[in-house]
Amino acid sequence: MKKSVFFGALAVAGAAATASAAATLDEVKSRGKLNCGVTTGVPGFAEPDANGEWQGFDVAVCRAVAAAVLGDSTAVEFVPTTGKTRFTALASGEIDMLARNTTWTFSRDVDLKFEFTGVNYYDGQGFMVPKDLGVSSAKDLDGATVCIQTGTTTELNLADFFRSNNISYEPVPIETGAEAVQQYIAGACDVYTTDASALAAQRANFESPDDHVLLPEIVSKEPLGPLVRHGDNEWADIVRWTLNALITAEELGVTSVNVEELAAGTENPEVNRLLGSEGDLGGMLGLEADWAKNAISVAGNYGEIFEKNIGASTPIGLARGLNAQWTNGGLIYSPPFR
Amino acid sequence: MTTVTDPETESFRFSMLFNDTRYRSLTFQFIALILLIVAMAYLGNNLLSNLAQAGLNISYDFLGAPAGYDINQRPIDYNSQSTHGRAAMVGLLNTLIVSGLACVTATVLGVFAGVMRLSPNWLVRKIMSVYVEIFRNVPVLIWILIIFFIMTAAMPAPRDFRGDDPSASMLFDMFAFTNRGVYIPKPIWGEGSMIVVGTFFASIIGVFLYRRYARTQLYQHGRLLPTLWPSLAIFFVPTILIYYLAGQPVTLQYPELSGFNFRGGITILGSLIALWFALAIYTGAFIAENVRAGILAIDKGQTEAAAALGLRPGRIMNLVVLPQALRVIIPPLISQYLNITKNSSLAIAVGYMDLTGTLGGITLLQTGRAIESILLLMLFYLTISLLISLFMNIYNNSMKLKER
Repeated sequence: MKKSVFFGALAVAGAAATASAAATLDEVKSRGKLNCGVTTGVPGFAEPDANGEWQGFDVAVCRAVAAAVLGDSTAVEFVPTTGKTRFTALASGEIDMLARNTTWTFSRDVDLKFEFTGVNYYDGQGFMVPKDLGVSSAKDLDGATVCIQTGTTTELNLADFFRSNNISYEPVPIETGAEAVQQYIAGACDVYTTDASALAAQRANFESPDDHVLLPEIVSKEPLGPLVRHGDNEWADIVRWTLNALITAEELGVTSVNVEELAAGTENPEVNRLLGSEGDLGGMLGLEADWAKNAISVAGNYGEIFEKNIGASTPIGLARGLNAQWTNGGLIYSPPFR
Repeated sequence: MTTVTDPETESFRFSMLFNDTRYRSLTFQFIALILLIVAMAYLGNNLLSNLAQAGLNISYDFLGAPAGYDINQRPIDYNSQSTHGRAAMVGLLNTLIVSGLACVTATVLGVFAGVMRLSPNWLVRKIMSVYVEIFRNVPVLIWILIIFFIMTAAMPAPRDFRGDDPSASMLFDMFAFTNRGVYIPKPIWGEGSMIVVGTFFASIIGVFLYRRYARTQLYQHGRLLPTLWPSLAIFFVPTILIYYLAGQPVTLQYPELSGFNFRGGITILGSLIALWFALAIYTGAFIAENVRAGILAIDKGQTEAAAALGLRPGRIMNLVVLPQALRVIIPPLISQYLNITKNSSLAIAVGYMDLTGTLGGITLLQTGRAIESILLLMLFYLTISLLISLFMNIYNNSMKLKER
């Protein structure tokens, strides 16, 4: 038993090295399928629907990359990962990319050897409490029992926040978000903390969402985005620029409705470059000329994906806020397609 | 030996390594050893070169860096600024706490159930069979989760204790059973409390001395002294007397509801209780079978002979059967203790911060040092297990049949 764990670790380390050396793009193409790591289920971000089809904001990124690379948005194998398994899954080559509410941090980028390819959601850590607790600020939480998902940045932010405010708490570490919610509902903890977007998403699934409030404090910066392994820059470029294509599409007014029409050629050279009727951006990436068109046709541009999965009209009801286009005062900004 | 003439010395030939039975087995053992070493070296080298290729290295420096996370059960001083190494120590102690509690409880439960399974009473026998079969045939992880979820769902939350007409109340104002854990009073050691504690330990020794005295009286003079009541008296009376004479130096700090939780007193976390009970009843079922096997291994004639001497069934069990049965029971008991220690690594399922939860969980994830952490984890568990084996083997040797 002990030995097999050791050999398992060796094998994982071995696989990690070989996988990062090989070209992920060729592997995905020859497999005909993209292996994309997602959460085990956060409503709005990644969750299988009633038909077992994965839906959500992060899932849309996976589908867009699959469409750009393989021309088929359904050629995705979704691999549910927990906070604990996600990095091993990516490092070992079990998945080609991870689109799973993962915070871009220095140590993950530099020390764990991953490549963050952009930010698809600017988030921050928040707190949720039952309304009848009568708490209006996170600084009133002295002595509270707090449910946290273990192995996440929230765990460290939580420790820092309570320490810097000189108040105490009892952590209840829990493996998955779903279990944490269960414990929170049962009253085994007073507070549930995670990224504010996930709090809103999970509250939407409660029996009585109005009995719970999100506290005003946002205690951290949590830029969430897709990531790939270090060392395969071509593959990282593809994931990065697919995300940028979705963002640029919103900026340029390319939507799922008009993308076919615009792809035939327009007066705007940037739209033409993006959609492949001018220049050879796709070829430079090692993809077809219509890669971005395929990516955008799946579920539309960034704004459409946002509105459909987590926007104000959905039960999750998140405002664009920081995630508005830079032209609207947000932080969503793509480098130019040139 | 001197009568045997030495065989003719023949010159050593290389083929003898394979053809001569004197050397052949050694040759093959040597070859197997070389192959094993080569295989290990290949794997180790592969690991190192792959790590180097990925730009990673093996380093234990992270153990000295601040951990940055909090732990809910801290047997030693710990806060989020303590090092990863200290977090691992907290985890190690938590592992030992839950394993120790579970080992004791499982042994008591297992011996009880094992003896009861052989009871002449049909109902008792069948109830114990049902216990053993149900508990040892469902995975221990499931039991941990069942107990944990029942506790969370069935017990009141701390806020239910609040208000003028609370829906839950404390037992004797001392014990609070909540879905987060059980809160019990904590003794506060005031001035002079050491005298009370000293008396307490002295009276425990006194009980043993009295029992030895009673035994020598029985064996040497044939006088049967009562043991139960004098033992109880020696155990309780001096301590209580000294406690009041010294002016009640030990006081109890009761848990009180303040803020979100009960404060003061000692907290026994719900996750610890779930893990402890699940491990105890699960392993207890296995120990019950060991005990039953041990008892059945004792010749029926022993029981009958003891009965013929006029011993009552309880004494037959305690004085004749169990001492002999222990020789059969202890060796498998060792592996059950090892199982408890290793199964305690399932703690993360209910958020109990044991060694796997701290070093193999959060530390591993936050530092990304998977190989280092897992190797260290293996070392810790191996050490604990070998120590348990060592002590149990010493005990086993002392219980072994001594031939005179």
